[in-house]
Amino acid sequence: MATQAPVNEALDPALQVAPGNSVLQILHAWITTVDHKKIGLMYIGSALLFLVVAGFEAILMRIQLAIPNNHFISPQSFNRLFTMHGTTMVFFVGMPILFGFGNYLIPLMIGARDMAFPRLNAFSFWCTFFGSLLLYFSYLGGNGLAGAGSAPDVGWWAYAPLTARPFSPGHSTDYWTLAVLLSGVSSIGSAVNIVATTISMRCPGMKLSRMPLLVWLYLVMSMLAFVTVSPLTAAQIMLMLDRYLGSHFFDTQAGGSAVLWMHFFWIFGHPEVYVLVLPAFAFANEIIPVFSRKAIFGYPAMVAASVGIGFVSLSVWAHHMFTVGMTAGANTFFVFATMTISVPTGIKIFNWLATLWGGKIQFKTAMMFAVGFLFQFLVAGLTGVMLAAAPFDWQLGGSYFVVAHFHYVLVGAILFMLFSAFYYWYPKITGRLLSEKLGKWHFWLFVIGFHLTFDFMHIPGILGMPRRIYTYEADRGWMFWNMVVSSGAFVQTIGTLVFVFNLIWSYFKGAVAGPDPWDAWTLEWSTTSPPPPYNFAVIPMVESRRPLWDIKHPEDFDQHYE
Amino acid sequence: MSEAAVVPHSSNEAWTLPSRGVVGMLCLILAEAAIFLIFVVAYIYYEGKSLSGPTPQQVLKLPIFATICLLSSSITVHFAASALHRGTRNMCSLWLAATVLLGGIFITGTGIEWYELIYHEGLTIQTNLFGTTFYSLVGLHASHVIFGLIMLLVTLLFSLSGKLSARHAYRVEVLSLYWHFVDAVWVVVFLVVYVLGR
Repeated sequence: MATQAPVNEALDPALQVAPGNSVLQILHAWITTVDHKKIGLMYIGSALLFLVVAGFEAILMRIQLAIPNNHFISPQSFNRLFTMHGTTMVFFVGMPILFGFGNYLIPLMIGARDMAFPRLNAFSFWCTFFGSLLLYFSYLGGNGLAGAGSAPDVGWWAYAPLTARPFSPGHSTDYWTLAVLLSGVSSIGSAVNIVATTISMRCPGMKLSRMPLLVWLYLVMSMLAFVTVSPLTAAQIMLMLDRYLGSHFFDTQAGGSAVLWMHFFWIFGHPEVYVLVLPAFAFANEIIPVFSRKAIFGYPAMVAASVGIGFVSLSVWAHHMFTVGMTAGANTFFVFATMTISVPTGIKIFNWLATLWGGKIQFKTAMMFAVGFLFQFLVAGLTGVMLAAAPFDWQLGGSYFVVAHFHYVLVGAILFMLFSAFYYWYPKITGRLLSEKLGKWHFWLFVIGFHLTFDFMHIPGILGMPRRIYTYEADRGWMFWNMVVSSGAFVQTIGTLVFVFNLIWSYFKGAVAGPDPWDAWTLEWSTTSPPPPYNFAVIPMVESRRPLWDIKHPEDFDQHYE
Repeated sequence: MSEAAVVPHSSNEAWTLPSRGVVGMLCLILAEAAIFLIFVVAYIYYEGKSLSGPTPQQVLKLPIFATICLLSSSITVHFAASALHRGTRNMCSLWLAATVLLGGIFITGTGIEWYELIYHEGLTIQTNLFGTTFYSLVGLHASHVIFGLIMLLVTLLFSLSGKLSARHAYRVEVLSLYWHFVDAVWVVVFLVVYVLGR
């Protein structure tokens, strides 16, 4: 309520009688909170926990694959590992951490005091947290307590008819289905919140054309989430009906079609990766300009390209199915649609480069990760365009080339941008800067490890190494490359440990940040670090895209250039 | 909540934004529509592909009366929201009760139809592809109707106990959006299953 009320009325009297800090009271405060900042942090914290778990699963797989004919992990365990690694990373690391950042930042960036539906926000978080616990409980409960290691083993895409009752007895598949269903419900809830907040709670003067690009991209991502997650929910309902009520959706013996599952899954699965990458673009749109000391180049084109990516991504799903045997007409359509998506994406890359061009670049750790993102995302896109050509995909689909491509995007683009976002916004969240020295160690270790692993992973793919195999013969010529790939995984682990140490150490010993350590321009930097529970004592009013620039440079209002 | 333009700046125009309840419900409707779309696609894809068992032509009868009831309930719920907007709570209770009644008739009609299909025609979700896709699609819709009826009943109870007033009209309007969506889905299901599918 922005009025001329005296400032002390804006202070919350409850703060002055805050109860003491017993562990139970702190836990109670966090469990019952509906504050978007606390919920955002819980999302991020839970995602980081599962990042470590799923990363550990990856390390186990890389040890198993480092040498031929290895017996470190059994084939059944290996199937569970790649299923759990993929499912955890997409649904319980990627989605939560991105919604977590969105929850934290969006109200602050649009001058609001919370999200539109705070209780729905809390519900969404606890749904996804419970889903992640349910997924990992499958290790205990999937085959009954007597069976050891009975997590789902059907791949994170759970193709039919492997998931039918006769071929997946016990409950391991059901744990997958229900945990991911919970994640889906949570995602829809968060997306509803983001859209309603963005449309209905912007501060005065913040027209849609003045919103930070981060908010635009989260808006597009949430709209995309509605039509992306729902097909998966529908397909999973069908799967449960097949498994428990004897329906025949994916039952070929009754005339059903297993390929139908693939269609429904990938109608979800492809736009889902855009749901994951759009927030990475959102971070880049905020971080690259600030460390180039230049406003983002081509704001309207960025908005249009993002919306375009959202729409085109809905039409390309069957490029995951080129090897299934669709008609030539279908294959051709999906080849062209997939190549089309590189146009708006290319526009975004050019605009980021144009932002850097002529700027005064500051190589803080956040910026280094952002530059890494730019280069690596480009390369990932190039291998994507290669795979978009169906005949090329016929040779290399289902091989490690594809694994290398998508990890290049997921790790090289999305995770790098997430690291960048951590370094950029950690001072706002905690009031202290992350150590730049440790940050540079983190960056270089991680870049070296990343390239060791994922650059060289393309080669076994080209040499014919298939995915999802637990070992291989010694005479294939793959051992050297697998060794290199596995060694990179260890380097990345060390880099990640440095990062985790930095997060903890800097909380206690980091330099005090103040409200605006980076001399940035969006509204969140006008609050204290960390922001008070109510965000803004007085709801601000903005007159341009960079309200803090206007305040700091009254002789050169941004509004003149709009 | 929308904020009117305020000091300390010079803008004189009111800063009004769309209401968050309506935006939120429209987003939910979009997501639910996508779920229904997938079930409709499955229905259409599997039409005529059943290997055995009853076919739609053999066993389906047009549920005209139930459909008229459900579609009329959209009109009554609209009247309920308008009545509350005007502050006439008793009229709102009346129209809400009419909506619940009409929705209840629809669900009862579905129940009777399913009883006939299961016990007299031998069509279950396991029987063949038609059974699978029919019961899942119509059942998904029916579950949304039941959820809507529960919400309408709760609202009716609040209205009867005197707790609703004109400032709650906006919430009843958001609920009525959901109910309109449920009706619109029925129009699609009716056309696909009972008209075009036979």
